[in-house]
Amino acid sequence: MLSRESLINILLAVLLLAVPLAANAYGEPFYVTLATRVAILALAATGLNLALGLGGLVSFGHAAFFGIGGYAAGILATHGFSGDPLFFGLSGTNQMPVIWLVAMVAAGLVGLLIGAISLRTSGVYFIMITLAFAQMVYYFAISWPAYGGEDGLSILVRNQFPGVNTMRPVNFFLICYVALMAALGLFVLIRSSRFGTALQAARQNEVRVATVGIAPYRIRLTAFALSAAMTGLAGALFADLNRFVSPSMLSWHMSGELIVLIILGGTGRLFGPLAGAALFVIFEYVLGGLTERWQFFLGLILLGTVLFARGGLLGLLAGKARHG
Amino acid sequence: MAEPVLQLSDLAKSFGALRATDGVSLDLRPGEIHALIGPNGAGKSTLIHQICGTLRQDSGTIRFAGQDIGHLGVSERSRLGLGRTFQVSSLASEFSALRNVMLAVQAQQGSSFRFFKPVMSDASLIDTSMAMLERVGLQDRARLPAAELSHGERRKLEIAIALALNSKAFLLDEPMAGMGPEGSKSLTGFLDGLRQEAPILLVEHDMDAVFALADRISVLVYGKVIATGTVDEIRSDPAVRTAYLGDHA
Repeated sequence: MLSRESLINILLAVLLLAVPLAANAYGEPFYVTLATRVAILALAATGLNLALGLGGLVSFGHAAFFGIGGYAAGILATHGFSGDPLFFGLSGTNQMPVIWLVAMVAAGLVGLLIGAISLRTSGVYFIMITLAFAQMVYYFAISWPAYGGEDGLSILVRNQFPGVNTMRPVNFFLICYVALMAALGLFVLIRSSRFGTALQAARQNEVRVATVGIAPYRIRLTAFALSAAMTGLAGALFADLNRFVSPSMLSWHMSGELIVLIILGGTGRLFGPLAGAALFVIFEYVLGGLTERWQFFLGLILLGTVLFARGGLLGLLAGKARHG
Repeated sequence: MAEPVLQLSDLAKSFGALRATDGVSLDLRPGEIHALIGPNGAGKSTLIHQICGTLRQDSGTIRFAGQDIGHLGVSERSRLGLGRTFQVSSLASEFSALRNVMLAVQAQQGSSFRFFKPVMSDASLIDTSMAMLERVGLQDRARLPAAELSHGERRKLEIAIALALNSKAFLLDEPMAGMGPEGSKSLTGFLDGLRQEAPILLVEHDMDAVFALADRISVLVYGKVIATGTVDEIRSDPAVRTAYLGDHA
């Protein structure tokens, strides 16, 4: 017997697949692109959900990892296109699997570094220090003319995946969809594992975790780096979706947007990020079509969520989260 | 005489001008219950914090299981086998009673860096944890979130967790608090047997329980141990009577 939340999750997963496939069949590639955006934002937020939802680590700097993933894709693609060697004689590439690996490793390592320092603080200080680190990366990108500086970096041709024509929107959507589902699968495994148990326990009661002999710091740092890597992968896909990388991917607005997605969908819930991303993109499209000030209305909805539906959309539909 | 399991020597800790711990020396021997009593504000909590590592002493040493632990962090001391319960129970409140104990068992087994195997189908964790819950009589409440347990049940759950850690010594901070007469009585019986497993340093206000259980009692007043001895010695010690027991004894 499936729980109500599982049914809603399956419904969301099927909808995210069915809508763009139908749109593609009816020759409406715009909606395919919209769905791809949902999948990528959901992937980025799922990464953040590891740290924020499971670990209670309110990172206000995940744009850094999103942007690093994006720049990894942009820089590799630029060098792959021009043939100029990157550094140490390494060449660029237009192969997505390689780009993804580089994006995840780069974001993960930076996450390890930022986490190692930030996790010595907690609460508001943690929020502020992660923000500060992300802004450092942002200003670095702006002032680095080699890769576009403020203007950003264009990817002339979308990167390639072996055996798939990535220029077809629906194919690229499917790649992003599979990446999202893999990330959600990993999230499930981690949540129910020993590591996930320790991570969630550290959110609920840090003293309890230390008292049974587990150092919360190492658990959290590992979660933070994993979280960063996952968000980095999303950044690489986002760069390929837009065929453009700009410092705006690194800005604090992006960090805030990722947190908003999670709160809208349901903090710590498996499909919270997807529900939140879908809502966000739909608002952006529907309200954005009516008024330029659509974010004002998003703000109202967020306010309502925080005041009246703390569990987000999934909390509203599926009830309170249950743990083993 | 057997080597003490836990030994505090000349421990001192000040907060500004307040000497919260003032040259405390105290030991816990195998098989005993050593009760630590004292009026409110005597520095019992401060002392406990130093033993388990949440506060660092200004001077003096803490030896546990044959090594100096005064410089170790909380989790390292726990790994050495220092099991404690809290004055106000401290649990992962969203997790079930079972998963709270499982957290201790996984810590005891050595690694929390396993990412893929679901704990809820891990017999090595569940069986041991259920056994611990049975020992404290919580087996029927295993699947309830810790937040939904009664006050007394949460106390018992903390003890089950300490048991799961294979503790070499128990540090129990007012386990009787808020238990009610029935609960206190059954817990007293339980602790009486527990000392065989590992010695207990018992901080407690419930004098009936202390006198029933303690092999030795130390009395802490203004950060100083003013007397250590058997129940009878403490009952008849004039300094203790004036400082603490008043008319009670």
